[in-house]
Amino acid sequence: MAQSAMLQLAADSLQLTAKDFYRQSKVAACCQLLAASFITPCSLLAGSRTFTMTRTRKKWIYFFGLATVVALLPLVVKGGYYLLVLNIIAINGLVVLGLNLLIGFAGQISLGHAAFFGMGAYFSSIFTTMYNTPPWATLLAVMVFTALVAYLLGIPTLRLAGHYLVMATLGFNIILYILMVQMEYWTGGPSGLSGIPPLHLGSFPIQGDLHYYWLLWGFFLAVFFLSLNLVDSRMGRALRAIHENELVANALGVNTERYKVIIFAISAAYASLAGSLYAHYLSFISPKTFDIFYSVQIVTMVVVGGIGNLWGGLLGAAVLTALPEVLHAMRDYAALLYGVILMGVLVFFPEGLLPGLVKLWSERRAAKTVASD
Amino acid sequence: MIWSQLPQFFVSGLTSGSIYALIALGFGIIHNATGIVNFAQGEFVMLGAMTMISLTQVIGLPLFIAFPLAVLAVMAVGWLMEIGPIRRARSDSILILVMITVGASITIRETAMHIWGKTPRTLPPFSGDEPLVLGNAAILPQTLWILGITLLVVVLLSFFFSRTMVGKAMRAVAENRRGAALIGIGVYRMTLLSFVLSGGIGAVAGIIITPITTMSYSAGIMLALKGFAAAILGGYGSMKGAVLGGLLLGAMETFGAGFVSSAYKDAFAFLILLLVLFIRPTGLFGKEEIKRV
Repeated sequence: MAQSAMLQLAADSLQLTAKDFYRQSKVAACCQLLAASFITPCSLLAGSRTFTMTRTRKKWIYFFGLATVVALLPLVVKGGYYLLVLNIIAINGLVVLGLNLLIGFAGQISLGHAAFFGMGAYFSSIFTTMYNTPPWATLLAVMVFTALVAYLLGIPTLRLAGHYLVMATLGFNIILYILMVQMEYWTGGPSGLSGIPPLHLGSFPIQGDLHYYWLLWGFFLAVFFLSLNLVDSRMGRALRAIHENELVANALGVNTERYKVIIFAISAAYASLAGSLYAHYLSFISPKTFDIFYSVQIVTMVVVGGIGNLWGGLLGAAVLTALPEVLHAMRDYAALLYGVILMGVLVFFPEGLLPGLVKLWSERRAAKTVASD
Repeated sequence: MIWSQLPQFFVSGLTSGSIYALIALGFGIIHNATGIVNFAQGEFVMLGAMTMISLTQVIGLPLFIAFPLAVLAVMAVGWLMEIGPIRRARSDSILILVMITVGASITIRETAMHIWGKTPRTLPPFSGDEPLVLGNAAILPQTLWILGITLLVVVLLSFFFSRTMVGKAMRAVAENRRGAALIGIGVYRMTLLSFVLSGGIGAVAGIIITPITTMSYSAGIMLALKGFAAAILGGYGSMKGAVLGGLLLGAMETFGAGFVSSAYKDAFAFLILLLVLFIRPTGLFGKEEIKRV
């Protein structure tokens, strides 16, 4: 897979050298990203016979399957508590999606995504409660602002490698957490902010767990859709090349630094969106949600689900969000079991839960066909 | 008036710095043997202190017997962690192994909560609590113990790594894993040894700091974070860097608390750390990594 990504990338470079001059600008890269997100499904509708297209078609079949499940789930799942858990899965899923792009495709580890999550939540809350700004516009502005902060932070930070990058993002998270606790006038200090207004669609207020279920999962599916496209775009291939080998990618003409910073900003924007939605949904936030443990948890979800596998990331988010709820019955032993299960999954499914289970399943199926022959 | 407190800042910076240095050394030893960050390093520190508390207060052993026993107990935990999840892992990906240590850290922490409860515990100082007054600074006897024992550990470690065969073998593994295996060094045994050694050093740090700060089951997280920051500041994997990084971080924290504000002391320390990284991406004493295709 790595090799084919490299080959495709090389082909891209050859075909597009004429346009490369234009591609140098960062704005162009973003336009390219947006364009790519819409081109893929269009070409799917047009119908194509190449191998990659059948893979793409399969991908969209899965996607529509997921959308159907999301649409039908409220018929089965009743009660605020289960909806709450599902909604939190959507929020965590959004953050995981961004981080998975960063870890799985660009190969950069961030232990600071709770900070971007918190920036979304806090800025949305502060502006909408203290200055009565319109929530949707604020959400969008905060997203852009967070992406910008991540972009500026990414320029010096993403030059760092390995543990140093981890420390830098961790440090950023800790500093932001301390600011959340200390700047009491703005953030309400350790006890947090409450009374965050709910969102409206036109004049229609979104309230209650079911309304938010549609909103949050709607957002998740939209962003998931964009991300699935992004991964198969030129940018996605460039990122995968960086993940495989940064030097080779660079030698092939990928502007590795630029791509890394852009994907960092994109993943921060995802986290910020999730944070704003979280704040409006629960109408109460406190710094504890945005400490480094959340960052670690999000990385865990990515790793457990399957690094670089967006579907796996969703599974990881779902399993690790629901697990503490399931283990709740064990009372004091819940956290202990969580640790043991986490270790067990990582020891036995190091490639991630979803790829691991798929492999296990296909092996069994192969064994069965052999037996029946 | 703040200048007159300078010696006091210096003493407390040196004290917490020594502890950070010990934890950073633990991080460095495991990193050199395996390339991973051991998130359970802070739990080693906590376990050392808690075992010591049980040995002296429940069983009633004297200090000088309980100390080595507690260190041995945590070494055993390090040993178990390596032969268990780390060796069984069906992957050699650094990230997976690091996340396994996250799982181990949660497991150890929660087990400790069930054994020792949630209330913070403490140890009596090793030799009284009559402070020595030296000019403007008051020095607790325990501070002297901390400085002395840290110095002893550092000296012993540097002797171990530069003079003994096993220590040299560990350095060879850190330098080049495959090369070391080719000349007949048992790489897996060295990995095991690194976990045992880190467990021991962590335990020492926990035991000597507890009389000053108290210890609870969850205290390991913050200590590990500071130790990790110290190791990064000095240059990850460098022994000299770990010690100096620890002392520097301790100093930054206390001076930050004194001159900036105590509420922002951690923010201040981490801000400086970030700035250092931006200027020197591999820490103060870290080696520039040469990338190969």
